[in-house]
Amino acid sequence: MSNAITLPLVASSNVTERENKRSAHEMFVETAKLTSEETSDSRAAREAELANKMRRRRERVSSLVHATVPALVGFALFVLVWQFLAQINNQIPSPAKVWAAAVKLFSDPFYSKGPNDQGIGWNILSSLKRVGMGFGLAALVGIPLGFMIGRFTFLNRMTAPIIAILRPVSPLAWLPIGLLVFKAANPAAIWVIFICSIWPMIINTSVGVQRIPQDYLNVARVLNLSEWKIFTKILFPAVLPYMLTGVKLSIGVAWLVIVAAEMLTGGVGIGFWLWDEWNNLVVEHIIVAIFVIGIVGLLLEQLLTRIAARFEFNEKS
Amino acid sequence: MNHNFHLVVDNVEKRFDTKQGDFLAIRDINLRVNRGEFVALIGHSGCGKSTLLNLLAGLSLPSNGVLVCAGREVKGPGPDRGVVFQNHSLLPWLTCFDNVYLAVERVFGGKEPKAKLKERTEDALKLVGLSHAIHKHPNEISGGMKQRVGIARALAIEPAVLLLDEPFGALDALTRAHLQDELLRIVAETKSTVVMVTHDVDEAVLLSDRIVMMTNGPAATIGEILDVKLARPRDRLALAEDSNYHHYRKAVVEFLYAKHKKAA
Repeated sequence: MSNAITLPLVASSNVTERENKRSAHEMFVETAKLTSEETSDSRAAREAELANKMRRRRERVSSLVHATVPALVGFALFVLVWQFLAQINNQIPSPAKVWAAAVKLFSDPFYSKGPNDQGIGWNILSSLKRVGMGFGLAALVGIPLGFMIGRFTFLNRMTAPIIAILRPVSPLAWLPIGLLVFKAANPAAIWVIFICSIWPMIINTSVGVQRIPQDYLNVARVLNLSEWKIFTKILFPAVLPYMLTGVKLSIGVAWLVIVAAEMLTGGVGIGFWLWDEWNNLVVEHIIVAIFVIGIVGLLLEQLLTRIAARFEFNEKS
Repeated sequence: MNHNFHLVVDNVEKRFDTKQGDFLAIRDINLRVNRGEFVALIGHSGCGKSTLLNLLAGLSLPSNGVLVCAGREVKGPGPDRGVVFQNHSLLPWLTCFDNVYLAVERVFGGKEPKAKLKERTEDALKLVGLSHAIHKHPNEISGGMKQRVGIARALAIEPAVLLLDEPFGALDALTRAHLQDELLRIVAETKSTVVMVTHDVDEAVLLSDRIVMMTNGPAATIGEILDVKLARPRDRLALAEDSNYHHYRKAVVEFLYAKHKKAA
């Protein structure tokens, strides 16, 4: 533990020292320029201000260094361990080999040689398309349903046991039903995404509706607002943060599940591609696929976090 | 019948159905309020003063008895009564303007053009001295300012009665004093009829024409009603030296701490 902490600290202090020297030099140059034209009084003020500016800049740089250096060290260690594992087990491709494979794959991501041999870009896009469709349908059904469950106790008590039983089921268990009903792989995969992303949306939306502070509803009551106004001005804005949390959870699960679903259904998609490369025994491509899945998942979640942050309101203070 | 009175509370009783069984909160409440009168409801916590205010607001209905506001029986919440809640209850996703506009639009929406609604909203915020913060969100302004917006929202709909539920209870002493002075000015300007719940003796004496003192619950009722015959406009500093002021203050304190002392 202590090693992991000291390492980045040492590295960062080196960088700040260099930064110090550089800014000291800059300061000297700038003050030299000033001396020629200004009185000593205002010069002292300017110098103080300049020193202040330098100090602030140094603080900014050092906080940036403190943030990024540990991450870089982590990556370096990760690659080092990987390299070590690749050396003792020659079936695992080295980082360099995987990097070279990735560069080659991404140099032409959108080629298409028949349905079973397409560029990695097409594979990613088809997976995203499936997730988007399943997820979008789940939002269309789940969010209104969540609102109704939250608003009407009867509906809540009616649906609670069903949701409680179905929610823990692995989404892949629904795949055969999808194949049976839709008689095709693609809609079955979308169906699985639909099922797995609907629960967080229903549950979070309904919890959001139930947790609307009584004060807000009292405002609606004393003003005698119409149902439409209550919905647009009070219910919807109050529930929005909860809803977006549900959406964020959903997209994470959906992206996890699509890879597994595609392994089973085949077609074009990053999950299928990964499985295909396993059949071809191109291990470096499997590792590329793992990184691609991870990065795309991260980007999806970041995107939704950004969207959610825009709609956060500050209740307290 | 009771046409002379603006607000009538007739033999009102409120029971609650609790887990421990039937709970009688207030009973035998009879009160008449004239137009333009300022009435304070004071009592220890749990005396049912907020229960009574909720009945006036129409947020709950009496188990027995009748409430009449401006000639119409109270059968639910309505825009003829403006309510200011203890904790401002502004919608955090709306600006001060939009919070007030929501109320204005509801009451005058069908009858007046948009420009007029906007003008009403701005006037209400100007009345409480918030013209400069009109487009700020509630989290960007202080607690005292939030409460001013709450008052503006209640007044903007031109209610027959203004109902205040411990409106300054959550504020610090200095801000509270300042807002009390503002409320005196606003009430004088708008000639509003006000019923205010408070547990602050000085606040009650400073602001009210009559102080309704309630006995302790359960089964609380009105113990005494004190007429406060202090000339208006009232000035906090002048009243500090006024022997009448101290006489009224003493009467309320005696009621609360000698006659109806609450076991801590």
